[in-house]
Amino acid sequence: MIEVKNLTKYYGDHLAVDNISFTVEDGEILGFLGPNGAGKSTTMNMLTGYISSSSGQALINGIDILEDPIKAKANIGYLPELPPLYQDMTVMGYLNFVYDLKKCKLPRKSHLAEICNLCKISDVSHRIIRRLSKGYRQRVGMAQALIGNPPIIILDEPTVGLDPKQIIEIRNLIKKLGKRHTLILSSHILSEIQAVCDRVIIINKGKMAADDTMENLTKSVTSTNRMIVRLDGVRDEVLGAIRLITGVKSVRADMEREGGLYDYEIVMEDGADIRVMLNEMCKEHGWSIYKMAPDEMTLEDIFMKITMGEDLPDTKKKPVPRINLVTAEDQRAAREAAEEAAEEAAAKAAAQAENEKNEEENE
Amino acid sequence: MGAIFRREMGAFFSSPIAYVYLTIYYLFAGVCFYIFTLSYGIADMASFFSMLFWAGFLLIPVLTMRSFSEEKMNKTDQGLLTAPVSLGGIVLGKYFAALAMYTIGIAIIFVYALILSFFGAVTWGIVVANFIALFLLGAAFISVGVLISSLTENQFIAYIISLLLLFVMCIIQTLAGFIEGASVPEIFQPVVSAAATAMNAVSFYNKFYDFTCGLFDLSSVLFYVSFAAVFNFLTIRVLETRRWR
Repeated sequence: MIEVKNLTKYYGDHLAVDNISFTVEDGEILGFLGPNGAGKSTTMNMLTGYISSSSGQALINGIDILEDPIKAKANIGYLPELPPLYQDMTVMGYLNFVYDLKKCKLPRKSHLAEICNLCKISDVSHRIIRRLSKGYRQRVGMAQALIGNPPIIILDEPTVGLDPKQIIEIRNLIKKLGKRHTLILSSHILSEIQAVCDRVIIINKGKMAADDTMENLTKSVTSTNRMIVRLDGVRDEVLGAIRLITGVKSVRADMEREGGLYDYEIVMEDGADIRVMLNEMCKEHGWSIYKMAPDEMTLEDIFMKITMGEDLPDTKKKPVPRINLVTAEDQRAAREAAEEAAEEAAAKAAAQAENEKNEEENE
Repeated sequence: MGAIFRREMGAFFSSPIAYVYLTIYYLFAGVCFYIFTLSYGIADMASFFSMLFWAGFLLIPVLTMRSFSEEKMNKTDQGLLTAPVSLGGIVLGKYFAALAMYTIGIAIIFVYALILSFFGAVTWGIVVANFIALFLLGAAFISVGVLISSLTENQFIAYIISLLLLFVMCIIQTLAGFIEGASVPEIFQPVVSAAATAMNAVSFYNKFYDFTCGLFDLSSVLFYVSFAAVFNFLTIRVLETRRWR
């Protein structure tokens, strides 16, 4: 188990990590998500004892990393951003060195063979590390972290710079490891975190922006009240017909996608399901549906919103409700922003509807 | 410590450093042995030994320049510092590996003494005393080199700075002579003479010279050993404080 309490790190005057707190339970796979320079590596380096924190505490299985570093470090296998490989050694020579360095008690030959198998580096075990490809080096770095079977494994951007096939292999390996170890994994790639993690912490500019389970995040992502429908039929007629459906807040025609087919972006009231009524409407008018899809707010959207403070399109402005914002202050700010955004969106939608109605009447 | 020592030794011999170092050291020793002993046809090795003193400051930085600089450059120090080992273990592992390499170099004097013993009477006590003197000198100098290496990522800078520092340490008694001989106003005289005395007291050459004559002085041994201990401790502190920055 890892407990992090109010961890803060200053590099000179620069605040790199600002008051981060979280807990990782045994057997959990935690994803650390953030843009480059957000403080992911700094946090990981503090957890593993490579650098000290300016204030706060990191407990590894109940042991403070600064008070009893040797005992705490014995619980961790760490793969830094750049694997700490000695270029002039063979893979086996290097793994033997790490085995000695960690004062590993497991049977040497079988343990190292097992790890080589797991990381798929058995066939390069007698080659010089300098001559290995990036993918193999990354896997040797992974193997190095696994030596001694530490209960906690920390991987800093394990798939960076690998090709898609290698990424899938490493990902599978991580999933396999997650069954036996507590795992922290950092990345700036969302799909990667999505693929393997139970829980995700989003970190930006040294601050924790979100901390929630993958499931909740995904749920909040799909429970959007926007839908895209592609229909034939005359544009304005369709717009009018859709507006009559109960539960529709507003509708907007997008550009012409195929000859005579338009995409319509429909905003519904919360909890409304208009799919059946849409079908009936089409039957009535003799139109056909070419596509119907909920417009998902993707993790990318959330990520951009949280990490860059970028404004999303109005309809998306409602913040993701399921994300537990971390500090009380953050929470208050978020709530206020949400209320504001909702009001604004509602007002705009109403105004738009009004306008369109007026236009119609004028016609 | 053991793992790091073994890795360092392996790294010396899997890179050109061990071979370059030993070749130059043996070449230098061989030439000095020929010039100062063989060509005179005498079995006295004193001049030869005093020449090996000067090999120290030139060649020891070759052994120590990469010890921490290279790790820092390649970010392999991250592996060491996050492993369950103490900083002391890391520093001493590297220190003793460099000292072991140095010892392989100076062991050549036994070979030369053996060669001489076929032609004349070799005073083995003096040979052993000189070996100890060279060993202690190396123990002190290497600790300086390792400290300098822990301060920079650049091996070349580590070499040059170590070289300069060790050079000053080698000629400190000469500098003391200069100061004493300099004409200064009367009131500064006590300060100058005190400085000269202090410089003579820490002179490596004076202590080394006593050994080469076969004088075994325990205080000199203590001086060398505690000097090395202090500098190794400083290296540990450097690694420690680097984490806090």
